Parts: sequence; C-alpha cells; structure tokens
Amino acid sequence: MTTTLNINGKTETVDAAPGTPLLWILRDHLKMTGTKFGCGVAQCGACTVHVDGTPTRSCITAHDSLGDAKVTTIEGVTGNAADAIREVWIKNDVPQCGYCQSGQIMAATALLAENSNPSDEDIDAAMSGNICRCATYMSIRRAIKEAAG
Amino acid sequence: MFLHDIGIIPGGTKSSASPSDRPAITNLSRRGFVAGTSLFVVGIALVGCSSYEEPKIDPNAIDLPEAGPSPLTEVKGGDATPALWIAIEEDGTVKITCHRSEMGQQVWTAMAQIVADELEAEWDKVAIVQAEGHERYGDQNTDGSRSVRYNFHRLRIAGAAMKQMLTQAAATYWKMEPSECTASQGLVGNSQNSDTLSYGNLAKLAARLQVPEEANVVLKEPKDWRYINKEIPSLTIPRITRGEGTFGIDVDRPGMVHAVVARPPQLFGKTGAVQDADALAIPGVLQTVKLPDARPPALFQPLGGVAVVATDTWAAIQGRNALGIDWVDGPNASYDSDIFAEQMKQTARRSGTVRRKRGNVDAGLANAAQKIEAEYYAPHLSQSPMEPPAATAEWDGDKLECWACVQDPQATRQTLSDLLKIDKENITVHATWLGGAFGRKSKPDFVVEAALIAKEVGKPVKVTWTREDEVRHGFYHSASAQRLEAGLDADGKCTSYLHRTVFPPIASTFVAGMDVPTDGEMGLGATDVPFAMPNLQVESGNAKGHVRIGWLRSVSNIYHAFAVQSFAAEMADAAGKDQKDYLLELIGDARTIDPNAEGATYPNYDASLEEYPIETARLANVVNRVSDMAKWGRKMPAGHGLGIAVHRSFLSYIATIIEVAVTPEGAMTIPGIWLAADSGTVINPRHARAQMEGGTIYGLSNALFGEITAKNGAVVQENFPSWRVLRMGEAPRAFEVDIVQSNSAPAGVGEPATPPAAPALTNAIFNATGHRIRSLPIIGATGSRLTLPAQTTAKAEG
Repeated sequence: MTTTLNINGKTETVDAAPGTPLLWILRDHLKMTGTKFGCGVAQCGACTVHVDGTPTRSCITAHDSLGDAKVTTIEGVTGNAADAIREVWIKNDVPQCGYCQSGQIMAATALLAENSNPSDEDIDAAMSGNICRCATYMSIRRAIKEAAG
Repeated sequence: MFLHDIGIIPGGTKSSASPSDRPAITNLSRRGFVAGTSLFVVGIALVGCSSYEEPKIDPNAIDLPEAGPSPLTEVKGGDATPALWIAIEEDGTVKITCHRSEMGQQVWTAMAQIVADELEAEWDKVAIVQAEGHERYGDQNTDGSRSVRYNFHRLRIAGAAMKQMLTQAAATYWKMEPSECTASQGLVGNSQNSDTLSYGNLAKLAARLQVPEEANVVLKEPKDWRYINKEIPSLTIPRITRGEGTFGIDVDRPGMVHAVVARPPQLFGKTGAVQDADALAIPGVLQTVKLPDARPPALFQPLGGVAVVATDTWAAIQGRNALGIDWVDGPNASYDSDIFAEQMKQTARRSGTVRRKRGNVDAGLANAAQKIEAEYYAPHLSQSPMEPPAATAEWDGDKLECWACVQDPQATRQTLSDLLKIDKENITVHATWLGGAFGRKSKPDFVVEAALIAKEVGKPVKVTWTREDEVRHGFYHSASAQRLEAGLDADGKCTSYLHRTVFPPIASTFVAGMDVPTDGEMGLGATDVPFAMPNLQVESGNAKGHVRIGWLRSVSNIYHAFAVQSFAAEMADAAGKDQKDYLLELIGDARTIDPNAEGATYPNYDASLEEYPIETARLANVVNRVSDMAKWGRKMPAGHGLGIAVHRSFLSYIATIIEVAVTPEGAMTIPGIWLAADSGTVINPRHARAQMEGGTIYGLSNALFGEITAKNGAVVQENFPSWRVLRMGEAPRAFEVDIVQSNSAPAGVGEPATPPAAPALTNAIFNATGHRIRSLPIIGATGSRLTLPAQTTAKAEG
C-alpha cells in the first residue's frame, strides 16, 4: 500500500503494509535511524517524534493514519527550542550512550517550546515517559533548566 | 581532494631547510588551497609570521636506515606500537583507534585523551576509528570497568613514542639534533629558528623511523597533561544530538532483510511442530528459518526457535505473532523462582564451604555478649540496555561479516567460529556504538542468530530483539540468598562476623551443572570484606542455574554489598552507635588487606595486590568525605533519613549517602544523594561523575523496582512496565559527586557506584522509618510506596 507522508518538510512516498507503525517506516523504509526502537508499546519514549509539534510515540502510530500531518524527527527538528536544547546537551555532555536521547531531545524540545520556564515538576511530568537506563535524568533536568535560563 | 593528492604546496621559498626534495610549485588558486586544507593556515597562524611557509616533505627523498621491528609489542597492557593505534593523515587528521566498545562510558573520548595528550595532538584534529575484533589489539572485552586500567600505560607509550618519532623526523629533515626540536599541538619547532613542521607533513617520514625502546620513551609529568584528567567534551555527543551515529540496530546493508526470532520459553526447551502458513501470509514476510535447539551448557549459543524473515521489522514481528509452535519442555520446565528462593535461603542457614577464615567465628559467636543475625534476598535482574540486542550478518561465499552492538568483538568472532565451524580468518566483526550494554552485550548469542539466519536466507540479515525478547530470554543477574551473623562484645564492638552467600554462579552458563560460586564472584564483595574484627568467616553455598546467568553492571557486588553494608548498619543499631562511626570502626585502622592470607583465593579484578592493594585508609577517606558533603549527623525532619554505604569494587573506593523522605503512607522520595569516589587517576572527571550518577541510579532502579521471576521455567516479566525501571520523576532532586584527586593507578569507573546504592537506600529508609528492608525489590513492579509496618508508620509521623 502506497502512502504519502510529510516528514521533516519533505514529501515521502512509502509502500508498506497497512497499520505499519511510523517507527518502522522511518527506520526500515526511509533509513532514518535517528528515531529509536526501545519497547514497541509506548512505554519508553525512545521512538518519540513530533506530529504537528506534539510529542508522539511513533512505535504505536500507524503511518497510514497520519494523513497530511507534519512529522518531525530528530534529524529534522529545528527552531529556537531545538537549538537551545542541542546546545545545552552538547555543552553539558548530557547523553551517555545516547540511544534514548533522540526521544529525550524531542520531548525536551516540545516542553521548552510550550513552557519557556519549566519547574522540576513540569520537567518530571513531561519527561517521565522517556526511560534512560544510563540514568542521565539529573543531567537532563539541569540542562533543560539551563536552556530555559 | 587534499593537496598531497595533486602534489602541490603553496608558494614561498623562505625556509632555509632546503633538501632536494622540495616539490615543484604548481598552479593553485588561493581559494583552492584554503578549501583543500586548513593545515597550512594553522601553521602560519601559529608562527605568526607570514613570511614562513612550511615546505612539503618528500619522505622518499631522505635516506634513512631501514627500521627494525617495533620493540613496543609487549609493554604493560600489550602492544604499544604507535602504528597500531595512531594514523596521521597528510591533512593533519589524527586517527586514533579505539579497540574498546563505546557504550556511553565515553571510552572513545577517554582513549583519545590518553593518546592525544602524550602525542601532543591538537584535539580538534582527533578522529576515532573503531577497531574490528582482532587479537592484535589485546583484550577487547569492554566489561569489568577496565578499559582505562588495562590501556592507560600502553596508550601513553604509543602516543609519546609517536611524538618522539615525529620530532626525530623533523630533526632529520632540518639536519638538527632531536634535542633541538620540540613537539607541541601538532607542530614540531626547533631552537634554532622559528620554522615549524606539521604532523601531517612529517607523518610519512616518521613512519620510516625506528620505533623507540620503551626505556627511551619519555612520558609527560601529570602536571603537564593537557587532556588527561581534564573535562574534555565527548567526541560522540554532538552527533547523538542530531540522531547520527550507528548503533547495532541501525546497521543497513544493501539487500538486507529483517528478522525476529520466536524462542523457546524455557532455557533448553525445544522446538516441536511449527505451523508457519499464517505467518507466511502476512504481507512482507519472506520465509521462516528453524534454528537448532540449544543444548547444555548454554555458552553463547542462540536459544533455538524459529526466525521470521521479512522486508521490514514490523512485518517480521507480525509474522512471529502468527506462528504456531509446539514448544517441548526441557530440563528447566519446573523452575519456579519463588520455590528456588526458599531453597537458597535454606541452604544459607546451613554450614557452607569456607572461602575465607580469620580466628574462630564459632567460638566468637558463642561467647559474644550480643548476637545478631539477618537474612537477605535479592532477585534475578535484567540488564535492559535501551538498545535491545541487534546484529547484522552478511555472507560472501565462505566469508562472514557481522556488525553488532557487542562488548567483546573478539569473543563474538571466536563464538561464530566455534558454532558455525568456520575459520576465524574468514570472519570479520565490527563493533558498532552500543545503546547501553550493562553486561548483556558481552554475550554474542544474538550475532550467531544473525549469522545462522543469513546463511539460510542468502542475503544480509538484521536480527532485532524486541523488548519482550530482551526481558524474557536474557542472561540474568543471579538471584541470591545470604545470611550474616555477628557477635558483639559488651561495648557493642563486633568481635565475630559470619557471611554465608548462596547463588547460582555465572559459571553455570558455561559448565553444565556447575553450582559452586566461583572465586571471582566471591571476590566481588564477599571474600574481600575489609572489616577488622578478630573472628571472620565467609562461606558459600551451592545453587544450580535454571536460566542463563550472566554479568550485570558490577555483578555479585550488588547483592554482596547490599547484605554486608545493610548488616553493618544493623550491627550499629544493635550496638546503639552511629552508623557512620560504626562503619569506620568495622573498617578499622589504616592498613592493606590480603584475603589470600586468610584462606581466600582472591583475584582482585585481575590486578596484583601490590599495584592495587585493598587500602582501608581510602575506604575511610571516602566515608569521611561523603559524610562532610551530606552533613552526616544533621537533624533530619520527621520522615527523613540519611543512609550510608561504602564499597570497594573494580579497584575503586566509593561511599554513598542517600537521603529519603517517607510520608506516613509510605510514599518515598529521594531529596539528595552524595557520593565520594576514589578511582585513582581519572581520565575525564566530568564523564566519571556521569558514571557515578548513572551507576548509582542503575543500582537504585534495581533495588526499588527490579525483579525477574520465573514460573514453569519461563520468565514472567515481558516489557516495561512489568519489568520496571526508574524514571525521571523518581530520580533524586540533587546529586553531588566528589571525585578524589589522585595520582594512584587508574581504577574502574563504570560499575563501582552501583553496589553501595541499594544499602545506602535501605539504610536511609531504616533511619527514616525504623523499617529494615532485607529483601529486594523494595517497591516492585506495581507498587507506588513502601509497605510499612504499623509501628514504623508512627515513627515516620515523628
């Protein structure tokens, strides 16, 4: 089944089975591997992308349900919030292994875009869906506050 | 295109060093020169003299005696031959080979810091080449917190030797003495004039020189280090923030297909009849492949089962869901982890095998003024790196090439050779970036799966483990039951200490039926106990493995530190003394400890006790430092408590204090954690602090929530959240790490923060509530708060 998607501002046409999650369209069909597989059941946040700006778990989002919604991935996310997040992530060496960090950055970027001065509680609420087994949580919290600074 | 490719250099004739090899100047626009390389621009800028332009060296035009073999092949740590580790391109890029796997510990950055410092390379010119798995690099098993310890000396030698060869090359070119030449930041200068030669220009000439003897290689003094022990930014993180970099699961090969595997629920269960018609009817599913049943011992074999191969991962997963497989019970069909736990506890109540003995514990306990005893239990755990196991295999005739997130590419290559019966020379294993590992990726069973399936399919195949696969078919951290007894004198001082530990050993994965805890595991927190009482005995009890048992970040130290450091606090409580003061009393006077002198066979993390003694003064030092940081002894609000634990592991000394706040209803938060670490020489204090934070939280996640159980031989948990891990909202609000400045030999950083985390937490809960936790996990997969007995609730209310 052929579907047309809007990904990072580009029109992409993919041929995949109905219901195939966006995650696997990105990774296996479009070779955009920045978006990660972590659990497949929307529990870990590694697969987070933005759909029309909203953080969305691509592992449970059927690609053929997106219509003409704008999908943004780690490879394509731009803007003041994304720039600020990337800058503090690099400046403070926030990631360790980095595997969950695409999802962390997408979640943090959406938080900062919506709330320019998040509290600890705001950060916990926005970021608790993103698991990091390296436990960069404290670094993430400090960095988001610095980016909001 | 680089300048050297077209044989041109910029104009200028000033240099007096004028060998006949000066290349002709050819037409080249200024724009082309700048675009082609920044090398000469840097050189000009640094000398600050526009009239000097660096001559291009033709190494073949200079007569040199033929160099003999490298005398650096067997320095401490292995081969330090510069060419094995460093390649300098003509554009000045310094390519440093990292033979260890990058899994978030920033080993790329650490290895580069060591080499580039001694080499006097410019940091911005450093690039990393990830080594394939090969014996030429020596040990590549990225496990045991030893990448720096094993390689610090030889990589310094390699960098320093190459710097000396580059300096020698410049001296040869200038016809000066090497003593007149000095290397600094990618350039060699001299004392006669202001000329400089860049590393990129000198590299080919230097490569023809004799590698110096180790005795003639001069290492920097620590005070002169530019990169070592400095907070150099990570080499990987900028790429990570853009979604770049290749993890094992990201590998793509032309014509590649995707596979997932349905594995028998039990270890050594077998695959019976398979109905795959429904699976094959799923769009995208290409074929199924039956894998050979696994037989004891487990080793690094795949577990058997049926692979579903498809055009994308999702189709493969859907195909697997549609398989009908009759699993045949194997020898572990009756394994029930609850029953097994009870059996281990019974074993811990009986005399065991003595593994270390001082004085007479039986008499000491019998004569004690006060006797206390406690039993501790800790369950199986899963490593659960965020990237599950994934591997890609591609055959070209008899040759096999694999890309995978493996901690040990050499063991991977050896295992592939053993199980697929092919010559190792025909196997290439590339280690990708690892999306976390924590010991899971030391075991290359998943790479063998990829190789087997790819052979059958005739195309490159990527095998992806789903999270359910990772949780249900792992190599688990061993479950353990322990019993401790102590005798205190009339003053509350401990005179006798008995520690009995029972767990299925990791060796059960490698030797069928093996049930005796090994010296290695006993040396992870049991036989190396640093306490000073006159009567001490450590015993082990046997237990068989019924699931695959494997390494998990800090391994047996987790349960041993939990029991020993909890019991230290229990003794303090029995004696009516402050926990920190009592801990220092147990550790005793400043001295070194040799467990071997008391009947132990103690491996000391493969290090000698001469180079890495067990030093009680370093234990006491981190205890005192962390106590100052946390203001131990301060008055705590109602429901708050501080808990302390100290533990030496991986040759590092770590003390941790955790503050908990518990409401009368048992809701717990962690307001703060303080940690003091003495890991000897630390390459990158910032990255070491990150490991201390991460190692601690990893331990807390396990202690609070982690529990893998089995029924009928099959693991019960499936995915997050039935296998629960710590999340952002549960992380401490404050975390302060102090890295002790030390010139001692480098010790481990990745693992040693994990062991003291659990007992510091349970000791804090005790001090907050009076409730002693002896069985993990504290909360479990579904809980939201502590289960507090009624009287402790009263205490939390203050």
